[in-house]
Amino acid sequence: MKLRAFHQAKWDEEVIFELSEKGERGILVPPVEKGIEDEVGDGISALPVSLRRQAPPALPEISQMRVLKHYLRLSQHTLGADLNVDIGQGTCTVKYNPKINDILAASPKAAELHPLQDESTVQGALEIMYRTDLFLRELSGLDRFSFQPASGSAAILAMASIIQAWHESRGEGASRDEVMTTIFSHPSDAAAAAVKGYKVVTIHQTEDGLPDIEALKRAVSERTAGLLITNPEDTGIFNPQIDEITGIVNAAGGLCGYDQANANGILGVTRAREAGFDMCFFNLHKTFGTPHGCGGPACGALGVSRSLSEFLPVPVVDLQGGTYTLRSDLKNTIGKVRSFYGVFPAILRAYAWIMSLGERGLREAANVAVLNNNYILEKVKKIRGASAPFAPGRHRIEQVRYSWEKMTKETGVTTEDVALRMADFGFHLWSSHHPFIVPEPFTIEPTESYSKAEIDEYLAALNKISGEAYEDPAKVKGAPYRSVVHRIDQAWFDDPAKWAITWRSYLKKHGKSV
Amino acid sequence: MSDDKPFIHPYIPNSLPEVKEQMLKEIGVRSLDELYADIPERLRFRGRMDLPEPLTSEAALKRHVETILGRNRSCAEALSFLGGGCWPHYVPAVCDEINRRSEFLTAYAGEPYEDHGRFQALFEYESLMAELVDMDVVNVPTFDWCQAASTSVRMAGRITKRAEALVVDTIGPDRLRVMENYCRGVMSLAPVRHDPVTGGMDLEDLAAKFTDNTAAVYFENPSYLGFLETQGQRIAGIAHARGGLCVVGVDPISLGILAPPGHYGADIVCGDIQPLGIHMNFGGGQGGFIATRDEQRFVMEYPSRLFGIAKTAVEGEWGFGDVAYDRTSFGVREQGKEFVGTAAALWGITAGVYLALMGPQGMRELGQHILQKSQYAAKAIARLPGVKAPRFQSPHFKEFVVDFSATGKTAVDINRALLGRGIFGGKDLGPDFPGLAGCALYCVTEVHTKADIDALAAALGEVVR
Repeated sequence: MKLRAFHQAKWDEEVIFELSEKGERGILVPPVEKGIEDEVGDGISALPVSLRRQAPPALPEISQMRVLKHYLRLSQHTLGADLNVDIGQGTCTVKYNPKINDILAASPKAAELHPLQDESTVQGALEIMYRTDLFLRELSGLDRFSFQPASGSAAILAMASIIQAWHESRGEGASRDEVMTTIFSHPSDAAAAAVKGYKVVTIHQTEDGLPDIEALKRAVSERTAGLLITNPEDTGIFNPQIDEITGIVNAAGGLCGYDQANANGILGVTRAREAGFDMCFFNLHKTFGTPHGCGGPACGALGVSRSLSEFLPVPVVDLQGGTYTLRSDLKNTIGKVRSFYGVFPAILRAYAWIMSLGERGLREAANVAVLNNNYILEKVKKIRGASAPFAPGRHRIEQVRYSWEKMTKETGVTTEDVALRMADFGFHLWSSHHPFIVPEPFTIEPTESYSKAEIDEYLAALNKISGEAYEDPAKVKGAPYRSVVHRIDQAWFDDPAKWAITWRSYLKKHGKSV
Repeated sequence: MSDDKPFIHPYIPNSLPEVKEQMLKEIGVRSLDELYADIPERLRFRGRMDLPEPLTSEAALKRHVETILGRNRSCAEALSFLGGGCWPHYVPAVCDEINRRSEFLTAYAGEPYEDHGRFQALFEYESLMAELVDMDVVNVPTFDWCQAASTSVRMAGRITKRAEALVVDTIGPDRLRVMENYCRGVMSLAPVRHDPVTGGMDLEDLAAKFTDNTAAVYFENPSYLGFLETQGQRIAGIAHARGGLCVVGVDPISLGILAPPGHYGADIVCGDIQPLGIHMNFGGGQGGFIATRDEQRFVMEYPSRLFGIAKTAVEGEWGFGDVAYDRTSFGVREQGKEFVGTAAALWGITAGVYLALMGPQGMRELGQHILQKSQYAAKAIARLPGVKAPRFQSPHFKEFVVDFSATGKTAVDINRALLGRGIFGGKDLGPDFPGLAGCALYCVTEVHTKADIDALAAALGEVVR
């Protein structure tokens, strides 16, 4: 497999404030019609002096094409999924985001809708939300969905909120103050529970990489409020005891929330219902092909069982006599977790994704994602210095957490070094969430979107870098060479005297020159 | 599923049977199902899902979705005066051009090397917002104003080590519900009354309720009801005198013309960036910002990513990266500040583009334009018999309360009649604010022409007659 002679664009582009030329304009504001000025004057005189801005904001002044060019250059300094074989950002499910779905979302019939319009004027939008809810019920086995959470973490927060409200409704709100999670579940499964005031109990893994079920049995008590867990976890190992785990927590009186942010390998194969969960959520920007947008806008579609449907955030969409309507009178609702109804463009794109694939296509996507992943597993295990800790000989689902521990011990080359060298070939390589339970971790998740030839090219880059690490480690440690910039001085990020989170702060602390 | 014909979908290259076979062989298994060996039969879903037949051709899919969307009537096909947390503003073409770029649209979480542009664009967003708000620190965007206000209050709680916050009772209703849920179990929120004549905060009520356990007072300027709070300095003074903080929510599009809250004593400023170059998207265009001074006690309490600028190994080269990463939940899970993750980064980049295009002159002219248009609209509506506008005796920015209660018609009746005339009237305030039954919140911006406003006034004249 030949590796392409990649070089990322490098425009040596200024920070935007350096482009300012006094008096230039990027866009003009329409003039106020004469009749208005006659009626109300300058508008400003109506304000007390204390509310008037005295000096204009020190924004740059730049003509339109130069602004455009600046941001286009920055876009070329960014490696989106559309341009690379984006399988190195494991856990993120970076798959194809169909262009037709972007076009549909950009339609004025979607983009120019106001959320407070009369329901009779938004029947199409409500229909899409309603039907997507029905689809996700089929995919999860649960009974009702809300699209309000604007990310996976927001959906976790909503699940923790429902756990809290449910126990409060039963008079146990104060006594049940602990939430269980596992170390290989997403950091937000722990952090969002803590936001709600819960004490977080984290179950670690046993030698086989799965959560220690005996430790969980010891940990649950009358203080247990609930469980927030992924499966497969970040290791990609499916936990066959998942129903036993939910059973333990349910028996202790807790509710079980399934973090299915990434359900890409098991869609249609196994569901939240069969595993005994009371709630789950799907990240539409992962499994359902809506774009990640550099980190949002997004949607964590939250589903619950019938007994919890009155706890969902409001409003939900109902169908009554052929008319779609927004309903807010849920008896135990947690209230709201975002303004309005969530990120509609993401819901619309997910609807189109499901409509394009159907049952067979969604199952095929899951199957091929698993096929691709196990193919990579076979190949990575043969790369010198790499390993796949836990569960030897077993297949994985959608991703694998690998390790460069052996390579680091033998050559000094770390995961970070490899990641920066991968940039020279036009690839991402992500380490893992903290803490690094697996030493020198890296996580690969191929999804269904990339061809075998593309996957082979990615593997060839890993092989090449492994070879370099053993023959010429300095080469890897000096990377990147063909990316946008060179090794960044980390000392600027943790020292309050040095850090500069804005340009004005940089000027105050460091003056004009670099 | 027993269909013999292979399912070749354009989104799934390796569904080709011969490729599959080759890959299975390399793995050393005979069938795809073997790869799921870890999933016990009792957990397998063997049923059929009730999903519609797929529309695998793009042409059919497009037609289907467009047919459904065709049942909507958008603000581009009507004359809309709706605001209330999502506002119609002109979106420059360059904003759409940038946020639809494949590179930004499909990027996620790469390193500050191959994703240098993502880091720089968001650092610049922080920097441009910082000038607008006149603060030294701005976060990578959170979900929306509701989340930004929630986190601002929680930050104030941690900074002051106090467990209560006071919230003005004219706050946006969605905001209050999000904040209440977000604080439940850790902090409590109590309302502060407003003056029924001016709409402004009742300072006596504030002074009486602000105790040694009060972390902060939160108010909005412009308020959710459109009027401007003119007592900012005194509100901040009361909070500071008792060792608390002042948190202010603001519509950033007003800040070319209105004093930024820091100028009247705000310690934490938050708000929504949707007005800055982002389409309304049925409420999907929201993004929240939080701004503070560059003091450790503030910076270390942000849950958000904070992108900073730095030197690299090459002289003259800019690099970017995460400031104080170890305060985040990415760094230390539940020991971090609240949580961080995917939120609204693409809208942040877009708002940066917007501010770069507008510049200081554009923001000032736009602010003045909106003031004049909304004052004109209020005046035109106030001429109608029995209609009071604005309801509160305070200056307003782009929104104002219209009181129809003396006309004998409800806001629902009026909006129904307006809809028949192709107009989306203002939001009915009665359900959220019992004291404002018969009132509606109208929003006027630069997208409205004088003719639009005159048409509204004429239609209202017919409706209330």
